[in-house]
Amino acid sequence: MKIHEFQAKKILAEFGVPVPRGAVARKIEEIERLAEEVSSGGKVVVKAQVHAGGRGKAGGVKVAQNASEALQVGARLLGKPLVTHQTGPEGKVVHQLLLEEVLPIKREFYLSLLLDRERACPLVLASAEGGVEIEQLAARSPEKIGRWHINPLLGPMPYQARQLAAFWGLDKKAAAEVQRLLQALYQAFWQKDATLVEINPLVLTEDGRLIALDAKMNFDDNALFRQPQVAELRDPSEEHPLEVKAASYDLSYIRLDGNIGCMVNGAGLAMATMDIILLCGGRPANFLDVGGGTDAKRVAAAFEILLAQPGVKAVLVNIFGGIVRCDTIAEGIVTAARNMKVEVPLVVRLQGTLVDKGREILAASGLPITSAEGMEEAARKAVELAGGGK
Amino acid sequence: MSILVNKDTKVVIQGLGSAGKFHAQTMLDYGTRLVAAVHPGKAGESWQNVPIFESVREAVEKTGADASCIFVPAAGAADAILEAADAGIRLVVCITEGVPVLDMLKVKHALAGRSTLLVGPNCPGVITPGQCKLGIMPAPIHRPGTIGVISRSGTLTYEAVDQLTREGFGQSTCIGIGGDPIKGLDFVDCLKLFAADPGTEAVVLIGEIGGRAEQEAAEFIAHEFKKPVVAFIAGASAPEGKRMGHAGAIIEGSAGKAESKIRALEAAGVAVCRSPAHIGRTMKQRLGR
Repeated sequence: MKIHEFQAKKILAEFGVPVPRGAVARKIEEIERLAEEVSSGGKVVVKAQVHAGGRGKAGGVKVAQNASEALQVGARLLGKPLVTHQTGPEGKVVHQLLLEEVLPIKREFYLSLLLDRERACPLVLASAEGGVEIEQLAARSPEKIGRWHINPLLGPMPYQARQLAAFWGLDKKAAAEVQRLLQALYQAFWQKDATLVEINPLVLTEDGRLIALDAKMNFDDNALFRQPQVAELRDPSEEHPLEVKAASYDLSYIRLDGNIGCMVNGAGLAMATMDIILLCGGRPANFLDVGGGTDAKRVAAAFEILLAQPGVKAVLVNIFGGIVRCDTIAEGIVTAARNMKVEVPLVVRLQGTLVDKGREILAASGLPITSAEGMEEAARKAVELAGGGK
Repeated sequence: MSILVNKDTKVVIQGLGSAGKFHAQTMLDYGTRLVAAVHPGKAGESWQNVPIFESVREAVEKTGADASCIFVPAAGAADAILEAADAGIRLVVCITEGVPVLDMLKVKHALAGRSTLLVGPNCPGVITPGQCKLGIMPAPIHRPGTIGVISRSGTLTYEAVDQLTREGFGQSTCIGIGGDPIKGLDFVDCLKLFAADPGTEAVVLIGEIGGRAEQEAAEFIAHEFKKPVVAFIAGASAPEGKRMGHAGAIIEGSAGKAESKIRALEAAGVAVCRSPAHIGRTMKQRLGR
């Protein structure tokens, strides 16, 4: 789960990570007053709050000379969509602005904590270049990235903080500061079930303070049951309405922009179904896993979601029954197709538990359903009926 | 021959709720030696003539169980895994999905240096066809044979096994290692076991986007694994930065992409099929029959 920058900064501040003085404006009328408060008459940074990277380049982060200029800048951002390289062409509507004091910056760094899957431990990544895209830097000059694996039984050790400070070329006094910062970041990561904490940039001010100028935190969805305060930070306006609906039915759904909707059981098979649609010349319109313990109601909801998406010209159902029984799925399909007047061609491939019974139900329904034996045949038929990849 | 489980494997079920009972029944029907169950508050009772115990330790002492299959809810999964390990269980299969990743991180460190093998979580389990089914996979698609299967997926594994069986290839052992980012046995661990198994002639490896376990497998295959390998990597069409159902299936960086995994495996001499429908026939070509 993702949260906004201002929310991440609030959490980090609770753990002792220094952040700039700031306030969040949700209405245009609040901007000038809050800007005045955080800047005490000086310059103000106005930052659009959306769940996407690349806000700066997209014009979502601006420095205003004073509070009245902050109002002008903020009024142009608030309530309007911001298009960055991560939002897609429709952009994301800015519902909040973070207003912050402007700091006298001496240097900028990159610092993050994430999980190293292969070594099963937290990993600190750092660079002496702040504000960079770490992936690009890793590809371009990997030697500029420092890595420290953290033993989860111990947390970050003092020697690691000393090495990090030296890597950044900081003096001894700053090293103590780095150690406090690393500890605070780690505690936030560990105690909140985060999967990523990224400070980019971390700045060293002229007066020698280390401050998180930007902050990003991602959390483990599987741990939200024990992190109620984090779960409350979910912002449904950042998610597509169809994705919100899918989540309410416990369907795992990701919207794409293709022409063939697909409904599959199991995440791996769902990905493989998207792959084979692409190989057959079509474009998958979504990822949708109906899950293991599915029933007719969830199948119907899945159909509603698939068909609500514009541009879908055929639907491919690919079920390999294990726990899920093919007759249950077939009944769900028939009910949904009757109730919803499905107007696009429907290709169904059933295999596995009670497949014969499932196929019988489909055949007896009299609905114009195209059946297929294997997944390649199913994908080919769906692409053909959708009129190719357009 | 086989790896991990065979006809002598004695299984204890941890968590005999409705899902646990449903799948335990399919295991019994398959002929798996289900010797015990552990469920809080039901000690002393029995289910389908299988005795229920208060703890795994007691189940092991009384029945000699050496493998466990976990169905407890996500919040208790780490506890159940470590309880089994402490009771001396040799193989722990955790079916439960939705286990917090930091719990798994702690489990991994707690199991380091111990002899207990963990499969999963968030996995379909392990099956040695004709001998022992320790998990939730549909039994009828499997046939005894000489192909080992290792997969990060559930239903896609069934698809692969079904194709193998239809092409006339039975399986030595099929292992669903699970879709989570931090888990028990990984590809390389399973390849090592298959390398030492004279009953396994070739291996099918089903990977997916996210992480770099496939690259590590490729490295191992290039240097140490002599048997033929066929692979499919799911998610070539997946967008970056989106979690595709499995907690571990997310492209974060170039190593996570399907293409870089496919390239690494091909460079190691693995026959990688681009279509998920060609797994069986690629094995046929690879083995030349």
